[in-house]
Amino acid sequence: MTYIVKPRLHHPKLPINALGYTHRDYEGSISTLCAGCGHDSISAAIIQSCFELALPPHRIAKLSGIGCSSKTPTYFLGQSHGFNSVHGRMPSVLTGANLANRDLIYLGVSGDGDSASIGLGQFAHCIRRGVDMVYIVENNGVYGLTKGQFSATADKGSKARRGAVNTDSPIDLVAMALQLGASFVARSFSGDKMQLVPLIKAAIQHKGAAFIDVISPCVAFNNNPESTKSFDYVRAHNDAVNQLDFMVTREAITADYAPGTLETVVQHDGSMLRLRKLAPDYDPRDRVSAMTYLQQRHAAGEVVTGLLFVEEDHGDLHEFLDTVEAPLNALGENELCPGQEALDRYNAAHR
Amino acid sequence: MPKPLEAVNDFVVKFANVNGSGSASANGLFAKSVLRMGVPASSRNIFPSNIQGLPTWYEVRISEGGHLGRRGGVDMMVAMNPETWDEDIAEIEPGGYLLYDSTKPLPKSKFREDIFVIGAPLTAICNRAYDDPRQRQLFKNIVYLGVLSALLDMDVAAIEELIGEQFRGKDTLIKPNVHALHLGRDWAQTELACPIGLRLERRDKVGERIFVTGNDAAALGAVYGGATVCAWYPITPSSSLAEAFASHCRRYRRDAETKKSRYAIIQAEDELASIGMVIGAGWNGARAFTATSGPGISLMQEFIGLAYFAEIPAVIFDIQRGSPSTGMPTRTQQADILSAAYASHGDTKHVLLFPQDPNEAFTFAADALDLADRLQTPVFVMLDLDIGMNEWLIEPLSWDPDRKYDRGKVMNYEMLEAGAEFGRYLDVDSDGIPYRTLPGTHPTRGAFFTRGTTKDEYARYTEEGRPYVANMQRLLRKFETAKRYAPRPVKREAREPTRFGAIYFGSTTLAMEEALETLETRGIHLDTLRIRSFPFHDEVFDFVASHERLFVVEQNRDSQMRSLLTIEGEVDPARLVPILHYDGTPITARFIVKAVADMLAVVTLAPLKKALP
Repeated sequence: MTYIVKPRLHHPKLPINALGYTHRDYEGSISTLCAGCGHDSISAAIIQSCFELALPPHRIAKLSGIGCSSKTPTYFLGQSHGFNSVHGRMPSVLTGANLANRDLIYLGVSGDGDSASIGLGQFAHCIRRGVDMVYIVENNGVYGLTKGQFSATADKGSKARRGAVNTDSPIDLVAMALQLGASFVARSFSGDKMQLVPLIKAAIQHKGAAFIDVISPCVAFNNNPESTKSFDYVRAHNDAVNQLDFMVTREAITADYAPGTLETVVQHDGSMLRLRKLAPDYDPRDRVSAMTYLQQRHAAGEVVTGLLFVEEDHGDLHEFLDTVEAPLNALGENELCPGQEALDRYNAAHR
Repeated sequence: MPKPLEAVNDFVVKFANVNGSGSASANGLFAKSVLRMGVPASSRNIFPSNIQGLPTWYEVRISEGGHLGRRGGVDMMVAMNPETWDEDIAEIEPGGYLLYDSTKPLPKSKFREDIFVIGAPLTAICNRAYDDPRQRQLFKNIVYLGVLSALLDMDVAAIEELIGEQFRGKDTLIKPNVHALHLGRDWAQTELACPIGLRLERRDKVGERIFVTGNDAAALGAVYGGATVCAWYPITPSSSLAEAFASHCRRYRRDAETKKSRYAIIQAEDELASIGMVIGAGWNGARAFTATSGPGISLMQEFIGLAYFAEIPAVIFDIQRGSPSTGMPTRTQQADILSAAYASHGDTKHVLLFPQDPNEAFTFAADALDLADRLQTPVFVMLDLDIGMNEWLIEPLSWDPDRKYDRGKVMNYEMLEAGAEFGRYLDVDSDGIPYRTLPGTHPTRGAFFTRGTTKDEYARYTEEGRPYVANMQRLLRKFETAKRYAPRPVKREAREPTRFGAIYFGSTTLAMEEALETLETRGIHLDTLRIRSFPFHDEVFDFVASHERLFVVEQNRDSQMRSLLTIEGEVDPARLVPILHYDGTPITARFIVKAVADMLAVVTLAPLKKALP
């Protein structure tokens, strides 16, 4: 809907952040998704997160694949470069972009069809490489743009509008991300902004592969009460293991907490994650027990949300490759071309 | 009984071996020793898709006259593989020589009457000299090299010198190898009449030339051309390009102080991811490439269309191999011309470069990176297995110290700040090439959304017909502009005026040049044009127009270059006579001579309509 232009005018008393930007400066164009779509709430959460972190919008690159979720980068961060790539292949494009310039923030937005069906391979490999990025899957268990076919996260036994029954087992992307070595893994719900925004903020500040699976009900095709991706189901079965407060700097703890219910995690850049434990025995730094807990709750029909796993000093692909500090795209002839003398030596060695 | 072949510095030696038996090093020593004697030579490795056990051959063309293409036929066969014995024996020219391991007697029926058989008890010699079975096997290769050195009257000092260089740093290996060499050489000098009719004499005809593979040279070209990102997936015959890039980068691209890397190499999970990473890096302003072969090109199709339509620089080295499907993974062909030229669905056209040898592979690799940035589109460097994996004797590589990378039209912070109008797909100076911005450039200006869907000049999504058509027309203008930057064809006029012409490209060059000389001695004169890039320059069609009949020489079944010429130039196909060599081995001069002579006989004798295919 390029013909609908958002008015540039805004209320003079809109709050501004440290950069002097308002919330409006982080918006994109008007969404063309269905009214009530969970994805729009996620876009709003991304906008809020970037505003609150006072990130310069042009220092963020937003990348996506194909599908409803992959359309959303148009609807947030209008001053950021965006790349709507091909179906299921956002991870490779993001990886390449990240290699070219390590100084930008990379936000990958994908869906369950894009990441769990056609793009499962690329999802897996970019996670295991530790690409420094935020990878958000807007998970609704259904193909929206092609009108209601099952995705690979659809519940076994669920029924499509036209009567087809899904006989395949669903893929749990959170379990996969944990197994593949992601250093930041979270799950949230598009309807719970209080939970989602701090998670996105923490993921942005995290160095390495940060994965957030966001259950995002599809109001058009998959919001029936029996769907585990519906508003009603998630509200009824949401098992949040913790509540995250995200802080850019070390701030004094002012509220009172019962002993053993608060955990702090200092991230690579000094930012602090303060976790209020909701499940007393849950340890978000223990990958193996996180995986076990998830499986147990899943078997009980619960949807586990919150910051499920974090490893602060895991590192990222650039560290693993030991690349120079300067972005590779900023290097010129002087840094890159060895010159004729080196070529003379090469020639001499091949005679 | 024919006369034994007599030749000095002009013959073909072929080694028939078992893969994994350690023969490659001895055979390579032979070829390099010839070069050290100042005599031009080329080698071709004909190997199986296998690590151990299947047949492999190594063919060395020795030519003082400088003919380094494949000639066809074998003058001296070193037959070390019982499995391929019959076909190896059959390939020897009448009057040619056979060297074999005579430890076990063979029946007379296994030989030919019209060749000269030289038996050397290699296994017996090795069994006497060595106790360790592995040594017996490995040194057998050096022992036959010793026998050969005596038979061909080679300068043993040249071989010893090379052994010294080869094992520099592992000095304990030098002595035993030199010893094995002399075991064979001494035996031959005592037991056989040395030298035979084929002989090597020292000359000074190699000059400054170097002996390298195209993949190594292309990888070095990528280093010189400023590539910083390489994403690839292993596939024969392209893997050695990416591996060579890694090794060149370790040498040339480490920060002197910090030792950190000024490059990033990813071995991706598949070809889709490789090209995706290249496109992501290109979009973000780094020079990036992938190396692959036909099956990889098939897998990359969707992404290549995206890069064409969204206008993102990318360089793809296609080391062509025997096709279709898995085809002949270790054999050569030029069979990806059409699938590269029109890669992806819909109306697409891509820039292709056709290097003739490792020297041009080096140059074109760097050129391709400039072209991709300048034209904001994928550029293919069309190598093949023959260039990529065989060592060629070529002019030394050179680099213009004043050369600057052409980064193309990138609108930077200053331009945006100065208020330059930015439309990502706006053709501001009528060459079809728009300006782009890189992510992160300016806080409020120049951001845009890249997509594979249709868009207007300001990168806004649209499904309207008019901007779509205008954009498609601009892409055609851009393709036309590519001709200004891509390497022009090379024309050569025959010594006498002629109605006939020949068009060729890539690794066919050496065989073609030799064939032309031979044809000339038979009174057949051809003007020639070597195509070096696609889109075709006007000279190509002028050349076609100025000849009555043209041979289009290529290494595939379906005369793909001929098709491309007829499609793009609307040339009457009847005027283009295909000469096609596609059995997986490199084309030979003899093949071209025979095909041209046969065709000309038909063309000039029979009514044209009946005679032409």
